[in-house]
Amino acid sequence: MNIPEDRRYTKTHEWAKLEDGLVVVGISDFAQESLGDVVFVETPEVGREVAAGEAVAVIESVKTASDVYAPVSGKVAAVNEALADEPELVNGDPYNAGWLFKIEPADPAELESLLSPEDYARVLEEEA
Amino acid sequence: MVEFAGWELPVMYSSITSEHLAVRQNAGLFDVSHMGEFFVRGPQALEFLRWATLNDPARLKVGRAQYSMLPNDRGGVVDDIYVYRVGEGEYLVVVNAANVAKDWEHLSRLAAGYDVELENASDDWALLALQGPRAAAVLDPLVEADLNDKKKNSTFTTSLGGVPVRLARTGYTGEDGFEIFTSPADAAGVWRALIEAGVTPAGLGARDTLRLEAGFPLYGHELTDETNPRCTPLAWVIKDKDYYGREAMESGGCERRLVGLLLERGIPRAGYPVTSGGEVVGEVTSGTQSPLLKKGIALAWIKSDAADGLAVEIRGRSYPARIVPTPFVELGKK
Repeated sequence: MNIPEDRRYTKTHEWAKLEDGLVVVGISDFAQESLGDVVFVETPEVGREVAAGEAVAVIESVKTASDVYAPVSGKVAAVNEALADEPELVNGDPYNAGWLFKIEPADPAELESLLSPEDYARVLEEEA
Repeated sequence: MVEFAGWELPVMYSSITSEHLAVRQNAGLFDVSHMGEFFVRGPQALEFLRWATLNDPARLKVGRAQYSMLPNDRGGVVDDIYVYRVGEGEYLVVVNAANVAKDWEHLSRLAAGYDVELENASDDWALLALQGPRAAAVLDPLVEADLNDKKKNSTFTTSLGGVPVRLARTGYTGEDGFEIFTSPADAAGVWRALIEAGVTPAGLGARDTLRLEAGFPLYGHELTDETNPRCTPLAWVIKDKDYYGREAMESGGCERRLVGLLLERGIPRAGYPVTSGGEVVGEVTSGTQSPLLKKGIALAWIKSDAADGLAVEIRGRSYPARIVPTPFVELGKK
């Protein structure tokens, strides 16, 4: 299972990465594989205030609809418009082109409270 | 893997979409050994089944099969089933895995007073479903029988790679195909032979999207102990004869009816409300994005007078829906 070292993770299988002052959010390789073929992504409104742990996006696979939770608190600064036409990017490239939204963090230090790649790998081992 | 009626079943082997398309365009193989098999034998086997089922097994010649249902005595359905006439006074009844115990109890109770013998052979049979437009071409070289003269809904015994099997030209995908009854000991070998012949293994996920595209009901969703099949597109199953629970089944009108819904946007799921003019008029019982149409499709029970301005509520938002005939897609004919 691919778990890049350059970002943080959540127990609910989101990843979060600081880029140019914004926290980029997506779902992990494990999450996309569990969901199966992604056919629709409902992204949040830009400008929406979100709290850490709040359901802010929905990923629909053929099988089911799953919530995506904000890893940190802040304001939605951007969403991945490419997913409207190519939701399958979430399956094909979950850590790059398949990102979901960006949050302008209320407190950038909050990112440090998320799971390290090693801790997330342990979470996956426990779930397996 | 998921737990289903006490069985461990794979949701998918590779991906639901690719398995779905393999069945629509080529051939796929499902392990549906969880299904239950009952035998009904004896001088009054036909009379008993005519009483216990909604379709009319008197129409079945030996080697023919029909889709049917077990009615209860309050206008609902105990299970939807397939009835195969395998001998002169011998019928095979295939039932849903989740209903094996319920159906067995129900049929055993109804059989009192009939000169019939019931056998629950569910543990003695494995069942594989080979489905898709290339199913016959793949299977033909592997079996002794000539498949060309076997029409839809026919059933016969033959040998597959030296293994005795019962074949039935039936299925749950809307495509041509065969269901293969074999002993559990032989099933793995039959599976391997078909996979080696180029068939795609397919899981529970694709089985559900395929049956939904075909407009087939799933017991526990569209059909339950409380739903009247007379108010569904499956009303044709009910034949004009005496049967258990007939009075309840055929009295009164249909307050609700089962319809197919198509959505240009949004993916309907089981349990989502169906509205008309903001008022809830029904509920989705099964829904997905059709892998062929790439649009949301659903089966839903709605008030019989609701037709215009329908919408499905998805996470608090209304997505317009219109009633369409089922099957949702054009299916291969055989």
